[in-house]
This record gives sequence, structure tokens and C-alpha cells, in this order.
Amino acid sequence: MRQAKDRAEETDESPRIGVFICHCGHNIAGYLDVPALVESARALPGVVWAGDHLFTCSDAGLAEIRAAIARHRLNRVVVASCTPRTHEPLFQAACEEAGLNRYLFELVNIRDQCSWVHMNDRELATAKARDLIRMGVARAALLEPLSEAELPVQPEAAIIGGGMAGMTAALSLARRGFAVTLIEREPELGGILRHLDRLYPTMVDARELVARRVAEVREQANIEVLTSATVQAVKGYIGNYELTVRSRQFGPEMELPVRAGVIIVATGAQEFKPFGLFGYGDDPRVLTQQELERLLAESNLPSPISNLVMIQCVGARDETHPYCGRICCLTAMKNAMRLKERDPHTEVYLLYRDIEVHGTHFEDYYAQARDLGVIFTRYTPDAPPQVADGRVLVYDELLGMRLSIPYDLLVLSTPPVPAAGARELARLLKVPVDEYGFFLEAHVKLRPLDFATDGIYLCGSAHWPAHLDEAISQALGAAARATTILSREQVRSSGAVARVEESLCRGCERCAQACEFGAIEFVELERAGVLYRPGPSLGQKIARVNPVLCKGCGACAVVCPTGALQASHFTSRQVTTMIQAAMGH
Amino acid sequence: MKEVLVLGGGIAGIQAALDLAEQGVRVHLVERTPSLGGRMAQLDKTFPTNDCSTCILSPKMVDCARHPNIVLHTCSELQAVAGEAGAFQVRVLQHPRYVDEERCTGCGECALKCPRKVPDAFNLGLSQRRAIYLYFPQAVPLVMTIDPEQCTYLLRGKCGLCRQVCPAGAIDFEQKERELTLEVGAIIVATGYDFYDPTPLSQYGYRRYPNVLTALEFERLISASGPTGGHLRRPSDSRPARRIGFVQCTGSRHVRHNRYCSTVCCVHSTKEAVLAWEHDPETRSYIFYTDLRGSGKGFREYMDRAAREYQVTFVHGRVAQIVEEDDHNPVIKYEEAATSRPQRMTVDLAVLATSLVPARDAPRVAQILGIELDEFGFVRVDPFAPTDTSRPGVLACGCCLGPADIPQSVAQASAAAARAAEWVLG
Repeated sequence: MRQAKDRAEETDESPRIGVFICHCGHNIAGYLDVPALVESARALPGVVWAGDHLFTCSDAGLAEIRAAIARHRLNRVVVASCTPRTHEPLFQAACEEAGLNRYLFELVNIRDQCSWVHMNDRELATAKARDLIRMGVARAALLEPLSEAELPVQPEAAIIGGGMAGMTAALSLARRGFAVTLIEREPELGGILRHLDRLYPTMVDARELVARRVAEVREQANIEVLTSATVQAVKGYIGNYELTVRSRQFGPEMELPVRAGVIIVATGAQEFKPFGLFGYGDDPRVLTQQELERLLAESNLPSPISNLVMIQCVGARDETHPYCGRICCLTAMKNAMRLKERDPHTEVYLLYRDIEVHGTHFEDYYAQARDLGVIFTRYTPDAPPQVADGRVLVYDELLGMRLSIPYDLLVLSTPPVPAAGARELARLLKVPVDEYGFFLEAHVKLRPLDFATDGIYLCGSAHWPAHLDEAISQALGAAARATTILSREQVRSSGAVARVEESLCRGCERCAQACEFGAIEFVELERAGVLYRPGPSLGQKIARVNPVLCKGCGACAVVCPTGALQASHFTSRQVTTMIQAAMGH
Repeated sequence: MKEVLVLGGGIAGIQAALDLAEQGVRVHLVERTPSLGGRMAQLDKTFPTNDCSTCILSPKMVDCARHPNIVLHTCSELQAVAGEAGAFQVRVLQHPRYVDEERCTGCGECALKCPRKVPDAFNLGLSQRRAIYLYFPQAVPLVMTIDPEQCTYLLRGKCGLCRQVCPAGAIDFEQKERELTLEVGAIIVATGYDFYDPTPLSQYGYRRYPNVLTALEFERLISASGPTGGHLRRPSDSRPARRIGFVQCTGSRHVRHNRYCSTVCCVHSTKEAVLAWEHDPETRSYIFYTDLRGSGKGFREYMDRAAREYQVTFVHGRVAQIVEEDDHNPVIKYEEAATSRPQRMTVDLAVLATSLVPARDAPRVAQILGIELDEFGFVRVDPFAPTDTSRPGVLACGCCLGPADIPQSVAQASAAAARAAEWVLG
């Protein structure tokens, strides 16, 4: 590991702080008195320049930061604006371009934590912003330049999940020449499509398509497939992950190490099984859509069927799953049309709440289903369908009447839910899931395929129920995102990590127990000739931090009894100063 | 050849360009307007998180402009394409800005002095700009542009005030069209969409009644960088609009207009209603819908929360007509599905959730590129390789493929980048 070259800031030089206050259009300036904030910032100790801008993150705003650094010889920069989550890297880059170490930058959040939550009291909100800025400036004065490590990248990918999404991502990466390990839990590749009949709206045979794609994967020399395989452990970090995979592919269960620079999660989703609803589980005439489709695919449906009723939104848009399942309306229409093609005399009723057929081509598909004679009946949640004695009772909102429909088969459309084991995998990868257990992306709008953890990506229904074309797009997209890492020789770690003051370390190992990321190891003190007095002696074990694994959370610093461990970008002194500034000292 | 052409500088084009540039591919990003940003730049906030659109878009635009592997060509259009996948020869026409991009700092002195006022297209004509103007406040590149159809100097050789006041000496009336020839291995189409003009739906009175707006006009009105600085005033009398009716499926799911569903409008109207409430908690919004659609991540929960906490009422029923009462108050006439009875509701402001339609120049672009369009005029792609057009080496993403929300567009953009990279690096 090579240390990135340190920029030669003179940290003992007295602070020359520049403060930039952002209007964020209306978001801040609409609720806070920005000119007053600029005035008060100007009077703070160490501040040599303060100004405001409509959008500090715009080209013009960033140019102003760079210009002010040069003009006023600023050695610390404070921006009071929005959230560091999206904007800190941008401002840090501007500082760096002007020759300032990126860690000499401080972002004060006066939008999400101030203007947005105190929209109704301009005066008090402005006073709070003034406090926040004072705290930020106080901390800025104590910031130190930090350096980042450069790490080599293993040009290989591990893809978890061998359905259409995982196979598509694997093929794209393999065509680019990267080695891929494709890890599939089942004995065969193919995922959910192996059990489907047709695909909407093309009506292409699902099993034929999947067989072609599996063959392509098998022929690709760059892809190694592990089936009957699950991930047991994940170690490492961006550029250098090491997975332990347990597989029964070659007979007896064995554990295999898999090295990868990046990981793509493509574990899909599964159909919700609605036990206890509408007699599912008790009455053999009650099926889910996927169970019906399997019978269709295998030509195992009883004949003839005179009446078949489908109920949409079973276990969806309710307390258990408040979301819309996205794919269920189209799945139901597809199966309904297959039933009509099979036997035009079968009456198919489709009871729905809102027909979800967005986009350009699905509306025509809906029309086709109606033309084939599928009967669509809208119900509302106030009067949901009920089942009694082989009949479905439902109030048709549009007709304004109660209908009683007999059925030979009752088919329940249930929403996709996260795949079994998704939460466990999330725990191993240390990535988040949402309230339902779907994997949670880094940003809902602009980073749909990334995790917040560097080097891990996601695609397909593991993220959210997706149509097949969407899952394929996301898979190719995740491959592109992964390639932005794989195509480099090196990546940089953060400088904001824990560090050890070796002279204070007693080797008690409490920090290692507190570290969630396995970033601390204990090594024998080896630097002969260095005599700490008082301090550890030669050969004693002391803590050492792996800067790549460390996320800078500070948990180690909290438990360290001697103060040897410090979060380097959030030192005790920096935090204490902020508290004092908040209290007006 | 490690170069790719990306057509369109909206969020899809930006994402595709960044993903390629980060892999070491040199990207020519061609944008028709004077700035990156596309439609997303016109939005105030985004559903379902209410993230400020500019705030999340601006860093991406800046990243694009700063990236050493991305060459920006604004005010530029595709002229011709020859060759084949792996080795295309592309001609791009760059229209003159009459402002030197290298010198202009975007300070705006010129626009203060320019005497010629014209409707501001970025704000859909709801405000005025000058003949020399900044496309929008966060434009990238942050450079002024002269509108040659409005500038008195360019039209009649008189005025030239901007040249006199420009402290950077950036005004250049002599600038000419430039034709660039690029050699690229692949082309990504990300030319976006337009909104349907609802004037032919005369029963809704758009353009006839001042308080009937389109969803995008409403978005500009409620935006901090919009014509009213984010204060929701209705056009007829500048009074606050506190009772708002949203007319869904304006032009969509309609046999005579656009048969398809425009995908984003149900959640988009919900968002606009939520924003209106956030500006003024006295606001009551009514959304008249056919089917309430929102199956993206967090969308349904967002709509449920709007109903629970933001005084948004969803009314199942298609709007038949809008008439006007005294005071220019629109009256929405609709059939209430629950009772099958005709009903009417008087509102301060009616907002038409208009269809997303192919960009106006989509047919021309498709013809130059030699790619097929679908029956609606969107770019046709392979359903099992959903960014591959009918011509090898030409990929497409975002709303030129049909209506899509932002995360879909972004995912497709990354996908197109992956396919393009396979052509140039594979």
C-alpha cells in the first residue's frame, strides 16, 4: 500500500478561513436571513472572507471558491449549504483544484437540518444557522490535512445470483475481458424464468430464452459458474474482496475462496405466498399466479375450466406490503390470455384495484386481453372480494352492482417480496435493505445501481420488482458501474479514518472488539530505536488500523481507555471545540 | 477507437458520458441547447424523496464539465453519420453563441443592459429574458448566449450594448457556424422527450383560460429558480392558488391522441400537490385519475402519505371538460366513478398532466442515425437488449425510448454505456 503524496500545507500557519453561504435557490434563502448570516460569519475568529451564492454547487459557485482561496490565501474553507452526502466531494474537489488538501474543508448543513425543518420561524431558524456556522468555523480552524491510500484493483467480479440479471451482467463484463465468478444458489442457472411459461409483452417462451442465455454463459471462457453455492463470508474492500462460497456443485460440500475487485448483487425476488387469504393453503382450487403459470408451462392444467377468477393486490397495497407489486397486473393478463388461447370457453375474470400497465407497449397488451374476452372488474379496498362456497362475491364499482362469480380455479396475484436470505446476504456484505428487505441503493434517483459501500452494485428485482427488460437494463448498467472500478489499476481510500497514537496504546484490544469492519489488527511493536517514555515496549502488541477497511465511524475512539485511538477527521479536540462554540464560548 | 458520441445532455446523457469517461473512454457529449441539464433542470423537486432536482443534478453536470475525458459540444446538432459500428464518422453542426466560451464568466452584466426582452423558453414563456441570456442560473457551461432571432445587432446591425459592457470582452458577433467531424466507435442516443401540447384538447381550455396550466408550467411556477421565485401565484390575478385540480391522462391513454400511459404523471402530480401544500398548508389538491399508477420504489407509499398528511384527495374519474367561472376560476367537470354521476368542482388552478411524447426532432435524428422508431415515434430497441437500437453500435437510453422516471433513465444510461464500451473496448 502506497501512501498518496501529501500536499504540503503548513498546518501550523494561523487559520485563514473562507465561509461560503448558499441560498440553495429558495431552499435556504426562502427561510433564513442569508445576508445576516454572511455578516455574522465575517466576525468569527479566523474568518478572512465570507460571501453568499444562489447555488454554491454551480460552476460559478465553485469558481468563486477557487478564486477566493487564491485571492485571500485561504487555508480552510467552510460551505454552509446542504448535505455532505451529495455535495461534500464536489466542494472538496474544488478545494483540491485550488491547491488545498480536501480535508481542510468543512460543510455546515443549514438546509436539511435547519431551513427545511424550521420553515415557519425565520428568526429562530436564522439564529440556529448562525450557531451551526459558528460551530463549523470553530472546527475548521482545527482541521488537519490528511492523506489517502492508493490500493490496487483485482480485475475480477463476483456476481451473486445467476438469474437473467446476474447472467446478463456476467456476460457484459466477460465480453469486456474481465474474469467473473457467477454464484448461484440453485443447482441450475436461470432463476425465476426457469419456472415461467411466456414473457409479457413479447409472448416469447421464457424457458427457451433462459436456455439460450445459460448456453452463452457456459461458453464464455471468462465466466466461472458456481452452482448450489451460497456466500458464507465476505472480507475485504473495494478492489480486493474475498468471498467464501460454500458449494455442493462437485458433490460433497466444499468451501471455495473467490477473489473479486467488485461484487454485483442480483439475487432477485420471490412471489409472496398468501397463506390464510381466500383459502390459499387449504383449498386446492386456490393458486398463486406463479403456480398457475407453472401448470400452464407444463401443460398440467385440468380441463375444461369454465370459470377462473383472478384477484389482484392480494397481500399488496395493504399493511403487510404497502407497495404495488409492479409486475402482477401484467403477469395476470398474460396468464389470462394464455388461458383464453387454450380454451376460448374459459371465462376469466380479473378483479383489480388499479390496472398497472405503464409505458408505451403495455397499454396495448391490456387492450389485447380485453379483446380476447378477459373480464376486468374494478374493486375498492372498502369492499374487497370475498370467497364463499366456490364463489367470489365482489362489488363492481363501475357497474354499481354486487357480482357473485363461481370459480373452478381462484388465482391470487401477490407481490414480489425479497428473496429468502436477502437480509443475511446484506449483513455479510454490510449493505442496507429497506423496510421490506429489498436492497437499498446509494441514492434513490441518481445512484439506483450503486450501494453506499464502494465496489458493490445491485440490479434486478433484488432492488425492487422489475420487468424483464428493466432487469436486463439494470444488469448491463451495474456492469458499467462495476467497470468504472475494474478498468482502473488503483482506487483511493478515504483519509478520514482512525489512527493510533502508538505511545498511548496498551494493547487491550477493546477497539478491535468495537470495530464493525474488522479494520483493526494487533501487531508487535517493531520499530526498534523508538523509545516511548512512558509507553509500550518493544515486542508489545499495539493496535494498527487498515485505512481501507476503516469507515471513520469512531467507535474505536469511544472505547479506547487511553485516547490512543482517534478518528482523524473528527478528533476529540475538534468535537469539543464545536460543543464549546455551540454553547457560545 | 476509444471514442463515443453521446447525443443529449440531460440526466441520461450525463450518466452515460460519466460512466464511459470513468472507464477511460473519450466522450463527445452533444447538446442542442446552450447548457447541460435537460428536463431534470426544469424540475423543482423529485419524487418520492422530494430531493431538490437542481441540488442533485448540479454536481453531475459539473462532474461532466470537469471530466478530462468528456468534450462538451453545446448549441450543437447531429448532421450526418457514416461508417459502421466501431468506426462511425459523425458530422456535428455547432451553432454560434456569439459569445466566446473561454472568456465569458457568466456574470450577466450584458443581460442587465440588453434592451430586448423576449419570452424565456426555459420558463415556458412564463417570464421574460433578454436577447443575450443565461439558459438557466445553474447552466453548465456557465456562459451567456445570444439569441440570433432576437438580437437587434445581429438582425439590423444596431445596438451592440452587450459588447460595450462586457468586462471580459467575450462578445463575438462574428462567430460562425462550425462543422465538426468526429470519429467514434459507438453512439448513444439520449435525446429525451417533449410534453404533449394540450391545445387540441379544446375541452380543457388550455391557452383560452389563464388558470389552466400544464404540469411543467406548474413545476416552473413552484420552483425557486422559476419566474415567481417559487411563490405559487395563479396567472390571472397573481393570487395564491389554494385549491388545485390535477387532470391526469391529459392526452394519454386516449385513442385519438396517445394510446399509451405516460408512466410518471400520477406520481408527478402527487409531488406537485405535496409541494403546493408545503408552500402553503392551506392548499387542498384534487387529483382526477383513470387508474392510479405508481409501482416504482416508494411511489405507492408516497401517494398514500400525500393523501394522509398533505391534504391531497385522489378522485377516481376522468375529466370531461373545464369551463371558466367569474374571476377566471376553472370549473372541472368530471364523472365520479364511485357514483357514475357527473360532478363539478371549482378550483383556483387546474393543472393538466400532459403526456410525454417523442422529442420534436426525433424523426430527423432517427433518420440521420438510420435507426427505427416505434409506432409512437420513440426509439425502438430489442426487448432483450433494451438499449440496442436497430443499428449495431447505436445505443439509446432515457425517455427517447418512451416515458421513464429518473432512476430508470439513469439505469438505462449506464446500460447503454456498458454496451457502447463493449464496442469500443471489448
